[in-house]
Amino acid sequence: MIIRLLGQGQFDVSEETVAALNELDAALQAAVERGDELAFRQALGEMLVLVQERGHRLPDDYLGPSELVLPPADATVEEVRALLGEEGLIPG
Amino acid sequence: MAGLMKRMSLIFRAKANKVLDRAEDPRETLDYSYTKQLELLQKVRRGVADVTTSRKRLELQAQQLQQQVEKLDNQARAALAQGREDLAREALTRKSALQNQIADLQAQHANLQAEEEKLTLAAQRLQAKVDAFRLKKETIKATYTAAEAQTRIGEAFSGISEEMGDVGLAIQRAEDKTQAMQARASAIDELLASGALEDVTGTTKDDIQAELDRMASTNQVELELARMKNELSAGKPTPALGAGSGGEAGSASPAASETEGSA
Repeated sequence: MIIRLLGQGQFDVSEETVAALNELDAALQAAVERGDELAFRQALGEMLVLVQERGHRLPDDYLGPSELVLPPADATVEEVRALLGEEGLIPG
Repeated sequence: MAGLMKRMSLIFRAKANKVLDRAEDPRETLDYSYTKQLELLQKVRRGVADVTTSRKRLELQAQQLQQQVEKLDNQARAALAQGREDLAREALTRKSALQNQIADLQAQHANLQAEEEKLTLAAQRLQAKVDAFRLKKETIKATYTAAEAQTRIGEAFSGISEEMGDVGLAIQRAEDKTQAMQARASAIDELLASGALEDVTGTTKDDIQAELDRMASTNQVELELARMKNELSAGKPTPALGAGSGGEAGSASPAASETEGSA
């Protein structure tokens, strides 16, 4: 499955890794809903490490879309909410 | 509700689909998108240049502040050597405040450097994708059959559109950080210009330096006076005194011969 880490590029991850990511994703989602910056940062950090360590970086000229997208490591809850709230916020 | 990772990807996808749906002939989208991609490449390169400029400005400011710190350090030593602990304390207090400001600048500098690297990499990634897209675009156009094109364009377009969204976000974040930094940099420039921090060219004098200079010239006068007093008490008239007391030669001469006689 292809996942994009915003600001870093696309990675190909195994189903096994996706399963691990999904568990953390629930915590990430809950943290965003609660506005819990600390829990958000922790879950996001773990997820990014998982993808970077277990995934295979796709070449820059790969043109396919990603099935999953993760925010950058230094993103805030507020930024993620803004992204999710309105698609018009994605520039480009 | 889908997880966060999925929702994020859907948002990128939705944006791409919206553009695709607008075009009557999807092939038009290819050229339109390519133009947009080139524009975005320009924009991200400008973004890198802007961040570099801001970073250099910080470096210059840090240098100026550092020179100021060294100057205050020297002033503190000079003041202490003359027994003016109060003045030395003032100089060191200012030095410490400046050092805090330098530390703050260094943190911001590291921040900007990270943004610069991110944008540089983003530009590289986008360039690679734009090149790949250009090739694919020509192939799709050449082998166009309506049914086939729809899917192939959709794929290529969603991929590049996602990348463009990613790069667009990176530019926006870098801009935000640069702007926040620039406000602070301007404040420091104003501070440097207002003389609150004395300018490093030394054309104007700060109060500590003025006091040190005053003390130095006072000391010079005191030394001169002391030297003259010594000379007088040793009975060796300076040339100036000798010339001035020429009229009392009668009283001066016996004293001089007396001294010589007893020697």
